[in-house]
Amino acid sequence: MSVIKVQGLSKNFGAIKAVDQLSFEVEAGQVYGFLGQNGSGKSTTIRMLLSLIHPSQGHIEIFGQSLTDNRSAILEQIGAVIERPDLYPYLTAQEHLTLFAKLRKQKITAAKIEATLTQVGLLSRANDKVQTYSLGMKQRLGIGIALLHDPQLIILDEPTNGLDPQGIADIRQLIKSLSKDQGKTVLVSSHLLSEIEQIATHILIIHQGKKMAEGPTSSLLDPNKTIVQIKTLDDVDAKQKLMASAYSTNLLERTEGLYLTIPKLEIPALNAFIVASNIDLVSLEAKNSLEDYFLQLTSTF
Amino acid sequence: MKKLSLLIVGICLIQAAAFAQTNPLIERVTKKLNLVNDYVATGVMKTDVAFIKASLGKVKVYFKKPNLLKVKKEGGISLLPKGGVSVTINSLLNNKQYIAIESGVQVFKGKSLQAIKLIPTDEKLDWVISTLWIDPVDALVYKTFTTTKENGTYEITMEYGQYANYGLPSKLVFGFNTKDYKLPNGITLEFGDEDPAAKQKALKQKKGTIEITYTKYVINEGVSNSMF
Amino acid sequence: MWPIIQIELFKIYKRPRTYIAFGAIAALILVIQMGLKIDGEAYAAFLMKDINDTLTVDGKVLNGYLICYILLQLLLVHVPLLVALIAADMLSGEANLGTLRLLFTTPYSRTQWVLAKFVAASLYTILLLIWLAFLALFLSMWIFGTDDLFLMKSNYVVLIQEQDVFWRYLGAFVFASFSLLTVAALGFLMSSLANNSIGPIVATISAIVFFTILSTLNIPLFNIVKPYLFTTHMNNWKEFFDIQVNDSNDAITGSILNVAKIKNSIIILAIHIALFVGASVWIMKKKDILS
Repeated sequence: MSVIKVQGLSKNFGAIKAVDQLSFEVEAGQVYGFLGQNGSGKSTTIRMLLSLIHPSQGHIEIFGQSLTDNRSAILEQIGAVIERPDLYPYLTAQEHLTLFAKLRKQKITAAKIEATLTQVGLLSRANDKVQTYSLGMKQRLGIGIALLHDPQLIILDEPTNGLDPQGIADIRQLIKSLSKDQGKTVLVSSHLLSEIEQIATHILIIHQGKKMAEGPTSSLLDPNKTIVQIKTLDDVDAKQKLMASAYSTNLLERTEGLYLTIPKLEIPALNAFIVASNIDLVSLEAKNSLEDYFLQLTSTF
Repeated sequence: MKKLSLLIVGICLIQAAAFAQTNPLIERVTKKLNLVNDYVATGVMKTDVAFIKASLGKVKVYFKKPNLLKVKKEGGISLLPKGGVSVTINSLLNNKQYIAIESGVQVFKGKSLQAIKLIPTDEKLDWVISTLWIDPVDALVYKTFTTTKENGTYEITMEYGQYANYGLPSKLVFGFNTKDYKLPNGITLEFGDEDPAAKQKALKQKKGTIEITYTKYVINEGVSNSMF
Repeated sequence: MWPIIQIELFKIYKRPRTYIAFGAIAALILVIQMGLKIDGEAYAAFLMKDINDTLTVDGKVLNGYLICYILLQLLLVHVPLLVALIAADMLSGEANLGTLRLLFTTPYSRTQWVLAKFVAASLYTILLLIWLAFLALFLSMWIFGTDDLFLMKSNYVVLIQEQDVFWRYLGAFVFASFSLLTVAALGFLMSSLANNSIGPIVATISAIVFFTILSTLNIPLFNIVKPYLFTTHMNNWKEFFDIQVNDSNDAITGSILNVAKIKNSIIILAIHIALFVGASVWIMKKKDILS
């Protein structure tokens, strides 16, 4: 069953097309990674899913119901953290959770609030004002508010923004747990693709408002399109030699070095060519990750 | 010529002095007034000045010989003509520092009243001239018209009832001239529409009255000086 | 909708800015009361300079009722600015803070949120007015005592009996609540148009100042629009303190000179409130929450 079904979704801000004919489906229990560079239209799409932004065109169905017609019932089952963890600086974590508990139809007990504070690791600071919190603590509180009413769908927009490595690891663990242990559907967006590839079961890549790729995480990693990074002492010389070879059609040049897209099995042959061509090699590295794939899809070189 | 003028003035003064000493009507009025050493009167006061909106208020009037008088509104603010209340018949007649000149008979409210002009002989008194209209039958003053040095002219008319034997009126109306009243909007912070009717009235009417209708007198039972 | 009204009230209660207005009113009133307590007779003498040429005013002119009237005259011009501090920040402040998206992703509709916020801002405004009434009226009554209310207007003087004054203040405060709610609604409208705190507050204050100037200028061109400006009607609480007189020029106790004027002002202010709040709801429903 599709938890989210988006068809032909577009949003124009004046002449700018922020989202352009976007369609995708998120199935129950998936951790759906929503990838894109900054300004690619991720947040605009997520805000449309939460009815914060009115679509210029298209249709959104969540839990099999039209968002336009059943907004209230749908939002009752969604928990969301959108970009920055913006909260009321003059309220405490306890007060935040108590206030947002009132907004839900179901009765949320004091025990549940305490359990949520424990879950997000803020119990010891529950009565401190948010203005004294670090960014990571605010983000955890934002997630606490999103999870408080036990929603079926959790939407997290750039949840690891600004967090330290430990904070990022904590969030990653939490998302995995929500999906695996509690069977929740999670839509998570980020431009930190290294994070998403570790948690997402499915991925949608968006660029300039358009869908670039969509599918299970494993299927997006094609062994025949392995990106190889070549670091040399003299990139100009190396580039000339590679351009004169059969590798010229596969060559990508970026500021941080030279890249080739070749099947994984041809890497030893490439290594032999470099040695034979007297290129002053520093390192040769296969970058067979989602991030590299994402770069390949969206880079402008 | 100079001597003749002095002679005429001298004769006039002697005659006037003779009037003062011998005017029987004034004597009768004074005698009646002398029956009252003090009183506390209760009544209702009505203020009718074009630029004042005030409701009827209960007042107490305290009097003590020779000419102490105080009008007090019961538990409220009272508006009285400036210096006017002190110009009473008592204050005019009690000190006997005047020259009385009879100036004919006039009909007032159906009564034939003897008009008598009083000219003060003491320069320190704050009134310049006063005319009393007295009924020779009951020796009651029904009207006075007094010009003061600083506070303009006052017209007082009186009606009598059960306290007529003491020469005390049942109703007294002070008539006095009013000056312009105008406060800048900046002080009153009244920037809205003005009340055109009130403004019109204020401009036209330059006379005000304060009317006291007495309901009860308590006479000669003593009034403390602290009341004044 | 009660839960979200409660939430909005709780947030107002917890915000430090809320108390600025209460503190400012208390400070202003106490300073004026102290000044009048110390040197009030001179102030009264200055006011009564003209009337003292004709009449002697006997009694406690500078009593609590007159002090309250003086305070209201001064403060009801400035309190709108304090109301704007909160009302004009209700939507834009949250947009600026980023919390508006937290609220608008709850099951409650935007219309409900906007109305709840206006109700909360209105309750705040009314509480501010009650605070003002407590200090300006009751504290003045306690400090200065009570007596007849002797009011000097531009062209005439009104003397209202002591027992006829208190209900007039109740009426005046009810009227003033309409005036201040209009300001709150205007601030609210400005707030719906912006995503920062300062802009709507400044815009609201500027609008009040601008329209107040239009309302007080006696220029024929402006006179056409004056009857429809909310600022023309905001100060008509004073009508409760003008009294009818009968043919004998006796003031009629318990009367109000121009009841129709008060009714008309309340209707016009209520229309402004409805228009401002309605426009705010419409704008917020259409608005994309980008902050």
